Amino acid sequence: MRRSFPWLVLLLAAGWLAGSWRPPTVEKNELDLTALGKLPVLVGGRIKPLDTVARNSLLIIHGKQTVRLANGKEISAMQWLADVVYRPALADDYPVFVIQNAEVLGLFGWEQGDRKYFSFAELSPFLKQIEEQGAQSEKLESVQRSAYQSAVLNLRNSLVLCQRLKNSLQPEDAQNFTKELEAYASMLPAGAQAARQREMGENFDKTKLDSAAGFVQRYETIASAAYLLAVPSAQGADWHSIGEILLQAMRTGEIHPVVKAYAQIGDAYRAEDRRSFDQQVDLLGGWFAKGQTTPTQRASFEFLFNRVDPFTHCMVLYVLAFLLACGSWLGWSRPLNRAAFYLLLLTLAVHTFGMISRMYLQERPPVTNLYSSAIFIGWGAVIVSLVLERIFRDGIGAACAGAIGFITLIIAHHLAGSGDTLEMLQAVLDTNIWLATHVVAITTGYAAMFLAGMLAIIYVVRGVFTSSLKKQTADSLTRMTYGVVCFATLFSFVGTVLGGIWADQSWGRFWGWDPKENGAVLIVLWCAIILHARWGGFIKQRGLMIMALFGNVVTSFSWFGVNMLGVGLHSYGFMQKAFPWLVGFMVSQLVLMTMAAMPLERWRSFRSSLGTPPRKGQPRDLKFVSPGLAVEATPD
Amino acid sequence: MLRKFIDLVTSLRLTIVCLAAAMALIFAGTIAQVHLGIHEAQQRYFQSLFVWWPPEGRGFRIPIFPGGHLIGGILLINLIAAHAKRFHWAWRKLGIHLTHAGLIIMLAGGLFTDLFAVESHMRLAQGDTKDYSEDARFMELAVIDTTNPDYDEVTAIPEANLRRGGTVEHGNLPFRLVVRHFFQNSRLHMLDEPDAKFTAIANQGPGAQVGVEPVPRATGVDERDIMSVALEIIPNQPPAKSLGTWLVSDGLGAPQIFSYADRTWQLVLRPVRYYKPYSVTLQKFTHERYVGTEIPKNFASRITLIDPERTVNRDVLIYMNHPLRYRGETFFQAGFEKDDSGSILQVVHNPSFIAPYLACIVVAAGLLVQFGYHLVGFSRRRRAVTV
Repeated sequence: MRRSFPWLVLLLAAGWLAGSWRPPTVEKNELDLTALGKLPVLVGGRIKPLDTVARNSLLIIHGKQTVRLANGKEISAMQWLADVVYRPALADDYPVFVIQNAEVLGLFGWEQGDRKYFSFAELSPFLKQIEEQGAQSEKLESVQRSAYQSAVLNLRNSLVLCQRLKNSLQPEDAQNFTKELEAYASMLPAGAQAARQREMGENFDKTKLDSAAGFVQRYETIASAAYLLAVPSAQGADWHSIGEILLQAMRTGEIHPVVKAYAQIGDAYRAEDRRSFDQQVDLLGGWFAKGQTTPTQRASFEFLFNRVDPFTHCMVLYVLAFLLACGSWLGWSRPLNRAAFYLLLLTLAVHTFGMISRMYLQERPPVTNLYSSAIFIGWGAVIVSLVLERIFRDGIGAACAGAIGFITLIIAHHLAGSGDTLEMLQAVLDTNIWLATHVVAITTGYAAMFLAGMLAIIYVVRGVFTSSLKKQTADSLTRMTYGVVCFATLFSFVGTVLGGIWADQSWGRFWGWDPKENGAVLIVLWCAIILHARWGGFIKQRGLMIMALFGNVVTSFSWFGVNMLGVGLHSYGFMQKAFPWLVGFMVSQLVLMTMAAMPLERWRSFRSSLGTPPRKGQPRDLKFVSPGLAVEATPD
Repeated sequence: MLRKFIDLVTSLRLTIVCLAAAMALIFAGTIAQVHLGIHEAQQRYFQSLFVWWPPEGRGFRIPIFPGGHLIGGILLINLIAAHAKRFHWAWRKLGIHLTHAGLIIMLAGGLFTDLFAVESHMRLAQGDTKDYSEDARFMELAVIDTTNPDYDEVTAIPEANLRRGGTVEHGNLPFRLVVRHFFQNSRLHMLDEPDAKFTAIANQGPGAQVGVEPVPRATGVDERDIMSVALEIIPNQPPAKSLGTWLVSDGLGAPQIFSYADRTWQLVLRPVRYYKPYSVTLQKFTHERYVGTEIPKNFASRITLIDPERTVNRDVLIYMNHPLRYRGETFFQAGFEKDDSGSILQVVHNPSFIAPYLACIVVAAGLLVQFGYHLVGFSRRRRAVTV
């Protein structure tokens, strides 16, 4: 059992992961939306599968990627989107719009109850009010908005998004769009001719023109509302909405096959005709695969990536590894420790797969926004922790890997709420060299700082609350922390200066005292203080731990805090919601620092050894210190 | 006494205190940016010897914290002094020496940049040619003799001379200018408006139709001061009969024109200009967006650079992260005019721009050597223990 246990854990985890690769089974009486979800469209400047559009839109509107209907049935994002675009009347009753602000509810005369999700049909009597209130708060800077103003603006934006989706593939009131298109096509030559004649000032057939005008008006509406650009141009660089293409048909006299295909898919969907639906979707998929090979492959891969959902799986596995590693300190050390290590290797592989997939989809280095920085910080910290675990084999590295991996992925998960995490980059960021060097170095520095902080947390918690912090463990923790701080210094410094060089390249000044730059330099300064204090002998073991804990505060300020100030060139996204969490985290670190500063009698681990305090000059085991400067291995 | 002082200046304690003070200063300065804006906070906290309280405008003020220049200066002295005193060559100290040498390069480079770098802008509409750049943060009074149709003779007087008040004289000018009113920031009102509350401060030229309202200095990022000055022109030659008081202002579109001694003169208050021995013509400005969005993808200016001295005549594309470096100046794509009608180039003259590049390489090498040295030693001992 001792030997096979780690392998057993690994096998179970791998089996569980493999399960997510299998496509979900479709019930006999339901339509299979898989192929539809893979079709590429262009939204936000990026080609993505409809499935991604569905998930991100639902995330914005609903805060989750699935909807639970009133009858208790849970539907997928793709199912929801298909209903919104093809059966809007049905989708109007889905409780998707999340309202948690009491004042917004009060606006409609509703009291706050257990419900937080409301349907379009319920909100439709108040659309005008919501529009007015939303427009008012939109005028304010995001920093100035009150909770109510942000909430009502969010609701307004969600409703607008929903409305735009409804008009993306067909007009929302179309019952048989194929038939409508046929009528339009048959009218086209004569109507277009009448329009031309009128423009030239010639005689024209008024009835023909009037019937054309009805169509044009209808398609102008959906062209201005469309959220998706579903039709690629012949060259493939430009995409157009279905409305635009239908208006262009007035000139060309022909209706684009993609428009027709989406109409037929919609009609089959409404009729719940499974055969015709599958056939039409396959035809359209084939059309894209032929003319738009690369985008289609990419969209198809993104669909798989969405379904496999690597980061959520990693979260679960990281927690498990953390628990195994902590368990190893209490007993049955070797098997638990080993199981944690194997499990972490597997999780790291999945984490890496997720990150590389994102890089492939975006054609960018790993870090392009706050979301991906969280993913990368976790990844980097896990690797360094695993190296530490490999060297020391005492479960500490594994526990750190599990904890930091989990926490950073949770943070990433909450950062994803604003929609597409693979968004396009502003012009100045559009450079892979600097994204790959400056941003990666800076985030690696963050990762190392958090890892040093995590090691210090383990030191304090184990030392104060348990008696498991033996001298040898304490010493290895110290060496690890010191080594990781050195690592952090290197990367933070190089990253910060590279950022300056980038700024010099693009704005003409090396240093502009921008808040994000200041945050980065705070980390570098703090690292320098720790190292100099240590080399000068001003701090020893506990001092180092206290300073590493404060490193967590500095790093979290630099990573998140400066973005909340809402000034400067780096302030991408103000996150009011994250503010209490950030403050909470900082306070928790200060509490830990206070605990670490308590006299040794209060430490359960050191109480027993106080009778015979180790004295200076005693033989010490190996040290990891600066040459020429002795550092005490005693905990004081 | 001296020994004590030297001990203090070279002590590691001083290093740590300075680093900690730098952290506190940067933190406070960053928070202050929320209310003051980046530029103002930078001046008060980082580019000063002391942080003062209260900031300005009261009768007294006291220094409450060392400013960026003071802390940086002490750190630099501490760094150099400590190395001068304790320096002894040893291979195992190579990393530390490299790191600190790099830091000295960087701090000194930063100081040089603060002292000698000049930033200005070149605003070009499509087809415009300019041989100067401007700095809108400072004004100058240009007195232009336009008599000769072939060229203008420009005498530029910096804003500091106007702010000082009194009389401004210049060898090129046959008259002197007496500053009657000076407003750092102002708002102009036409006097023929029905409820005009302000009176004219000039009695000659179009400026006599304009009332000037003094307003507090602009603090916002996008705002800037509109300076207004009333000048009386008095000829140097007798009979020194005044030519009247003229209004010059950043808010006035056209120059003030007058004649004296058979010559035609113009008075303009305008952003300070830096003339160059070459000219730049904007051929085309492009502003690309991602399809279906308003997210900017790229800004680019296609310009023609003409330098008769060096017989240069070539087209250059300046775009994001790809500046033009020419004759000690660097041109960056900085912005664009409304509706993409023109381009704004940032022009930077920074003789020490190479310092950070050098410093980065040296420090990174130093840290790598230093930590690599530890790591090798550590794993060697570790192996010895395991065996």
